[in-house]
Amino acid sequence: MSLDLNIFFEASPDPGVTYAGMLLSGLAWTVALALLAWVLALIVGTAVGVARTLPFKWLVMLGNAYVEVFRNIPLLVQLFLWYFVLPEILPAAIGNWIKSFDAPWGPFFTALVGLGLFTSARIAEQVRAGINSLAKGQRNAGLAVGMTLGQTYRYVLLPMAARRIIPPLTSEFMTIFKNSSVALTIGVIELTAQAQQMNEFTFRTYEALGAATVIYIIVALTVNQLMALIERKSYIPGLIKQER
Amino acid sequence: MIKIDNVSKHYGPFQVLKNCSTEVKKGEVVVVCGPSGSGKSTLIKCVNALEPFQQGSITVSGVSVGDKKTNLPKLRAQVGMVFQHFELFPHMSLTENLAIAQIKVLGRRREEAMDKGMKLLERVGLKAHAHKYPGQLSGGQQQRVAIARALAMDPICMLFDEPTSALDPEMINEVLDVMVELAQEGMTMMCVTHEMGFAKKVANRVIFMDQGEIIEDREKHAFFETPASDRAQQFLSKILTH
Repeated sequence: MSLDLNIFFEASPDPGVTYAGMLLSGLAWTVALALLAWVLALIVGTAVGVARTLPFKWLVMLGNAYVEVFRNIPLLVQLFLWYFVLPEILPAAIGNWIKSFDAPWGPFFTALVGLGLFTSARIAEQVRAGINSLAKGQRNAGLAVGMTLGQTYRYVLLPMAARRIIPPLTSEFMTIFKNSSVALTIGVIELTAQAQQMNEFTFRTYEALGAATVIYIIVALTVNQLMALIERKSYIPGLIKQER
Repeated sequence: MIKIDNVSKHYGPFQVLKNCSTEVKKGEVVVVCGPSGSGKSTLIKCVNALEPFQQGSITVSGVSVGDKKTNLPKLRAQVGMVFQHFELFPHMSLTENLAIAQIKVLGRRREEAMDKGMKLLERVGLKAHAHKYPGQLSGGQQQRVAIARALAMDPICMLFDEPTSALDPEMINEVLDVMVELAQEGMTMMCVTHEMGFAKKVANRVIFMDQGEIIEDREKHAFFETPASDRAQQFLSKILTH
C-alpha cells in the first residue's frame, strides 16, 4: 500500500473543488452542526438538570422522564424519528412547513435538534450530579443569607457545580463532534459523508478515511485543550487541593 | 424575639421534634445542648425555615416562619446563621463572600458592601486574608469569616448550629472569643453547642433536649448546679468530667 497525498489536490467531480476542498467543506458542516447542537444541549441540559434538583416533585419527575426518553433511544433512531416520522404525525400544515426546508437546511436543522436534545439529556444528568455533589449546606448557606432559591442557584450552586463537571463535560463536548457523523444518514454532507464520497469517486480508501480520522483527532484535541484552558481559568485557590 | 410554640416535626413515621416550646428574648443568649440526635440542630434550622415543621408555630420578631405567605428570604436576611461546616462560598474570595448577599439581597452599593465586609474582617482578625479564598484558611479562620458574613447583613438575631464541633481543639477558642464578644455586645443569640464554658460565661438560659423534646429550659446557674432531670444530670456528668 502506498499513500498518494497528491490525490487531495486533484479536482473532484464538483466543478472547481479539490478533494481537500470537499473534506474541508465537510469539516465546516461538522463544526457548525456540533457547535450549534452543543449550545442547544448546554441550554436545555442545564435547565433540565437544574429542574431535577428543585424542591418541586412534578418538575423532578418531568426532568427524569425527559432524560430517560432521550438517552435510552439510540441517536440514529432519534434522528430518523425527527426526520421521517415527526413531520408525518404533526398537523399537515406544520409537517409541510418542516418539509419545505430544502437540503442542506432541512437535514441540518433536524440533525441539530436531534443531536442537541440527545446530548442535552446526558448534560442534564451531569448537571444534576454536579449540583447534588455539593453539600446541602451550600444551598442552606445561600438561603440563610436571604437569597431566593433562584439567587442561590445563580450565585452559589451553579458556579461550583459547573467547575466540578468540567471533566465529564469535556468528554461530552468531544463526543458531540464524533456523534455528528450520524447526521450523514439523513443527508447532511459533513466530514464523514465527504470522506465516503471521496472514497467512492477515487477508490482511495486509506487516504479518504485516513484524512477524516486525522481531522477528527485534531478537532478532538482542540476541544480538549479549550476545556483544559477553561478549567485552568476557573481554578479556585485552595479548593482542588482541599478536595484531593 | 424568637418564639417557638408547641413545634412538632416528623420525618415520615419518625418524630424528630415533640411539642417544643421556648422563647429567646431580645438581647438574650440561649444555649441549646443535648446528645446527638436529640433534635437540637433541627430545631434551630426550623427557626429560619431551613427545615419545615408540621405543627406549632415559630415567630421571629413577630413574623410567622411557618406561614406560607411569609417572605422567607426577607426574614432569613435578618437572621444570621452560622453552620457547623462553615459553608462559606468556596468560589468567592473572603471579601466577595461577605459582600454578595449585601449587594444581591439588601441592594447595597458594591463599595458600601466591600467597606462593611472589610470592617467585619478586621473585627474577626482576618483583614490581612481578605483576598484569599476559603480553601486557603484554617477551619477556625473560616468559621470566623462565616460569623462575619452573617453580621454583614446587620441581623436582628443570630443562630449558631454547633459552630465549633467541626474544629480542631486549638481553633475552638478563637471562634468562641468572637461569639463571647458578640454576646457581650447584646446580640440576641440561640446557640446549639456543647461548649459549656461558653454557656457558663455568657448564656442567660440553657435548654437541654433529648429525643426531640425540650427536657429543661432554665436559667444557667440553676441548670448547671441543680439539673432537674436524670437525663440532664447524666449528660452533664459525661461532658463536664474532662
